[in-house]
Amino acid sequence: MIDLLWSIFDISLVLLVLFLAWATCSTQDMMRAVTLFIALGLILAIIWARLKAPDLALAEAVIGAGISGALLLSAIKDYPSTTTEMPSRRSSLVEWIINGMTLGLVIIMSWAVWHGLYMSDGVRLSEQVMSHLPVSGVSNPVTAVLLNFRAYDTLLELAVVLTAVLTVLNLNHKRADVSAASALLLGMTRWLVPLLVVTSGYLLWVGAHAPGGAFQAGAMLAAAMILLQLSNPSSLQGFNLSVLRSLLVIGIFVFVLVGIWMMSLNQDFLAFNPAWAGSLILIIEFAATLSIATALTLAYLGGRPMGWESANPADSATKPNGKPS
Amino acid sequence: MIEIIALLAIFCGLFFFLSGSIGLLRLPDIFSRLHALAKADNVGLALVTLGIIMLEPDLFNDIKLVIIWLLVMAASAISSHLVARHALRENRDND
Repeated sequence: MIDLLWSIFDISLVLLVLFLAWATCSTQDMMRAVTLFIALGLILAIIWARLKAPDLALAEAVIGAGISGALLLSAIKDYPSTTTEMPSRRSSLVEWIINGMTLGLVIIMSWAVWHGLYMSDGVRLSEQVMSHLPVSGVSNPVTAVLLNFRAYDTLLELAVVLTAVLTVLNLNHKRADVSAASALLLGMTRWLVPLLVVTSGYLLWVGAHAPGGAFQAGAMLAAAMILLQLSNPSSLQGFNLSVLRSLLVIGIFVFVLVGIWMMSLNQDFLAFNPAWAGSLILIIEFAATLSIATALTLAYLGGRPMGWESANPADSATKPNGKPS
Repeated sequence: MIEIIALLAIFCGLFFFLSGSIGLLRLPDIFSRLHALAKADNVGLALVTLGIIMLEPDLFNDIKLVIIWLLVMAASAISSHLVARHALRENRDND
């Protein structure tokens, strides 16, 4: 009986996510498309939770639905003319080619998943992860993969985030602040932002042994900053820009520094000593959380804040790469 | 016995969610729709939370559930207020 109920629930989730994906792509109204996309993100988060992947569920809810939704909504506000009209229709030949390629991709991926799950008897990656978990320094397998076994990939992910934000900073100035918010929203912000900061710290800390980690914590911190920006823009204006620059790159800086330190101990780049791995991962994650939060907040602001060009880059000692021109 | 009460609370909560959703779809203007939604968020979620707390023996999880309910209540009240204020201003501008 319970199994049957779960099956009904799962099938409705699958149908709902397919319908939302279709509705998001096919709607003519951009505003409606973004709203549907946020709903799609929330349903995806529930599906990840049902697949027993709470780390992904958290990331999807906070980044996929929350931060992306805020980014898309502010993008619509920048270009109000696109809210009613669709971009010009593509020719039917191009449409057929795109549809064909998408279908091909779906078939190849379905085959890959099916083949990987049912056809081959090779060593399962999850088994390898579980067998090496004791030397990883953490007990959460997801964090072990992200920050230890596959730390190089995560370093590159941080670099991708940084590159994207540098592009945003180069393209535009920060968009104009919204007018003063209602007193009720201000009041809620006043006690919600500290709560979000604490939750972010909790997610960072708990990542060692339970779902959580730098990306979720960073996105949560960015959500707090976005809430501040929306309700009380003046509270962010006094932020020291040199500190902001340092925060933006401190994640990659600390990551590379730890990697090189490990090399100096006659090991490979980012090959952590099992005895210290837990502490090293926590240090890297702490720095990465700050950088991710700064990057997402700057992306939401939509460009460089006032005075970004004139701030002296020599002030920040922890800035390893060149000043964005 | 406690399970039956818990289930009863959860199903009552679901009824509020259902009527809230129907109200959202059927009611004529934005203010009455907000009114319908708020009932689902506050009473519906309260009853569902109450039901789950009865079934969940761990006190720590119970506290977390109550915090979630309080957060949703606050967020729903504030966002309803913001939507209503925006709608009121648009009405005033159109008149």
